[in-house]
Amino acid sequence: MQNTIYQKLWSQKIILSVIFLLLLLAPFFLSDFRLNLLGKFLAFAILAIGLDLLWGYTGVLSLGHGIFFGLGAYCMAMYLKLEANAGGLPDFMAWSGMSELPLIWLPFQYPIIAIALGIIIPAVVAFFLGYLTFRNRISGVYFTILSQALVLVVVTLFVGSQNLTGGTSGLTNFETLFGFSVNAASTQTAIYLITVLVLGVVFISCRKLVKGRFGRVLEGIRDGENRMRFLGYNPSSYKTFIYTLSAAIAGIAGMLFVLQVGIISPTMIGIIPSIEMVLWVALGGRGTIIGPVIGAVFVNAAKTGFSESYPEYWTYFLGLLFVLVVVFLPKGLTGLLDKWKDRRKKQDARDSVEVEKSYS
Amino acid sequence: MVFIIKEVKGSRIYVLLPFLMRKGLFGLNEIIITLFNGLSLGSILLVIALGLAITFGLMNVINMAHGELIMVGAYITYVIQNIFMDYAPAAYFDLYFIISIPIAMLVAAGIGMLLEVSLIRHLYKRPLDSLLATWGVGLVLQQLARSIFGAPNVGVKSPSFLSGGLSVGSITLPYSRLFILALSIICLISIFYYFYRTASGRRVRAVMQNRQMAECLGVSTRKVDMLTFAIGSGFAGVAGCALTLLGAIGPTIGTSYIIDAFMVVVVGGVGALFGAVAGALGIGIFNTIFEFFTNATIGKVLIFLLIIAFLQWRPSGLVTSRSRSLD
Repeated sequence: MQNTIYQKLWSQKIILSVIFLLLLLAPFFLSDFRLNLLGKFLAFAILAIGLDLLWGYTGVLSLGHGIFFGLGAYCMAMYLKLEANAGGLPDFMAWSGMSELPLIWLPFQYPIIAIALGIIIPAVVAFFLGYLTFRNRISGVYFTILSQALVLVVVTLFVGSQNLTGGTSGLTNFETLFGFSVNAASTQTAIYLITVLVLGVVFISCRKLVKGRFGRVLEGIRDGENRMRFLGYNPSSYKTFIYTLSAAIAGIAGMLFVLQVGIISPTMIGIIPSIEMVLWVALGGRGTIIGPVIGAVFVNAAKTGFSESYPEYWTYFLGLLFVLVVVFLPKGLTGLLDKWKDRRKKQDARDSVEVEKSYS
Repeated sequence: MVFIIKEVKGSRIYVLLPFLMRKGLFGLNEIIITLFNGLSLGSILLVIALGLAITFGLMNVINMAHGELIMVGAYITYVIQNIFMDYAPAAYFDLYFIISIPIAMLVAAGIGMLLEVSLIRHLYKRPLDSLLATWGVGLVLQQLARSIFGAPNVGVKSPSFLSGGLSVGSITLPYSRLFILALSIICLISIFYYFYRTASGRRVRAVMQNRQMAECLGVSTRKVDMLTFAIGSGFAGVAGCALTLLGAIGPTIGTSYIIDAFMVVVVGGVGALFGAVAGALGIGIFNTIFEFFTNATIGKVLIFLLIIAFLQWRPSGLVTSRSRSLD
């Protein structure tokens, strides 16, 4: 009897609701600085869920998600930059001698369009790359390399077109969002709450997506692509769809990130950050929805802690973490938890058998 | 040159065509230099990609630490140069470069072998995981170099016999680039010889084509894997040595070349050396041509688009080993 109550208490839905409530109530017991950090981690967690749909469920590893994250972030940042200058030219453009707003900046004067583009642009880029690679059944490792080359190309492009993107220093110095001061504590709290809500929505909808028939097809593609093809499914369109979706989610995460951090630059979306994102998923546990969230928050919290005290050891730690997770924890932290649960279940079963025996 | 096109607004093509013809008629030297630079870049990529192509073709392992093995080779050259500066008589200073090539190769091969035995061997069934793990190793190696030699780039003094250049008509081809070209040809020939003319190389090809069958016939695939990985890594060391001729070296020297080298493997396909050669020269030459006509940034974008377009035509690279197996 007690056992069932215990199990119910620990059932996933209740744990998740409690965590979600705690996150919603966090503004009451965290300092502004910590809240801001947590908000940043949660934005990363949103991205990690999308990446896990692609890697954990469909078996396609992308080393280029920093780019989609960055495209979303730049879209938001462009709008913020224009609002900060009240219709005038952003400072770096004036420095590089431009007299009027370039054409591609024009749509970003309107917040709704900027937000929509922050989702659409990453999705479109991903769609084209995904369509052109998956259509030809290019092998998985090749796709991974291509996705990394995409990072190199986009970062070079962003650094190179200084007068359009601010070059290496990126976009920063934002002031207002919809007329509210961006740096005010109340605005930041509101953005934090929005981040939590978006995380909740993404979490629940992705969970719905993978628990159903669609998720089974994805796992089938991961484990035996050709068999799925023989069964009449078209793996390339599933892969393209998931890649596009996960890029769109990354774009949303990027927008939320830039609102809370207040800067976006090419170094934040480059090769190393992109592959770090993969580590969040790997450490948390691929093939689960909660895993990437745990991984993203855990790795970033560790990074913040480390960088505060020993910045140079962080890179060693990161490198070792990659090796250790891949070799010893291929299923991540959630896998560890499952193993522990299994062992307990077996223990329980053995105990009950022994009891029955003693009765007879 | 781009500016010339921009000055005349309106019909760009009208301006561009005679402009290109003029280039063709009067800019012969520029064309030769561009092609030569492309060849030179291609030869560097070839040395790097040869190692990658072998390990990828043999074990389906993408070694992301390959770039850091290049860096190891470069720093070995730097260290040997310093030793020569301090202890050897000045007359023999130039010898350091000749000596550092085999040493860099051996050290990189040793690290590669260690990597294979301790890590990659356990991950053969999971290619994407081995990619991540080797990337982690690369990160550690990079930080190690930063701790030992410092983050700023260090310069390696080129040996005196490689300074200057060969004058052909009105143009000069730098000896250092010619040397790299020669080095890549030597590497290619020695790999060819090893693969097709020695017993050990035949075993490698056998494992590449059909692992199980080779195993049944008594080839020790474990030994072959280890040896091949060491050879591939050794070439990374040689490449690092060659890169010291082109400029200052730093902890991230490998990363700037490695993605292009991966592209060579993707374009060239695995299974034959010809693929790697064609891929390397193709990417090298197109890269410099694009950069010549636009700029470094747009050139990178164009080459990426070209590769994607190429893969529409040849999804698994230029040269593939045909097999009837599906997965």
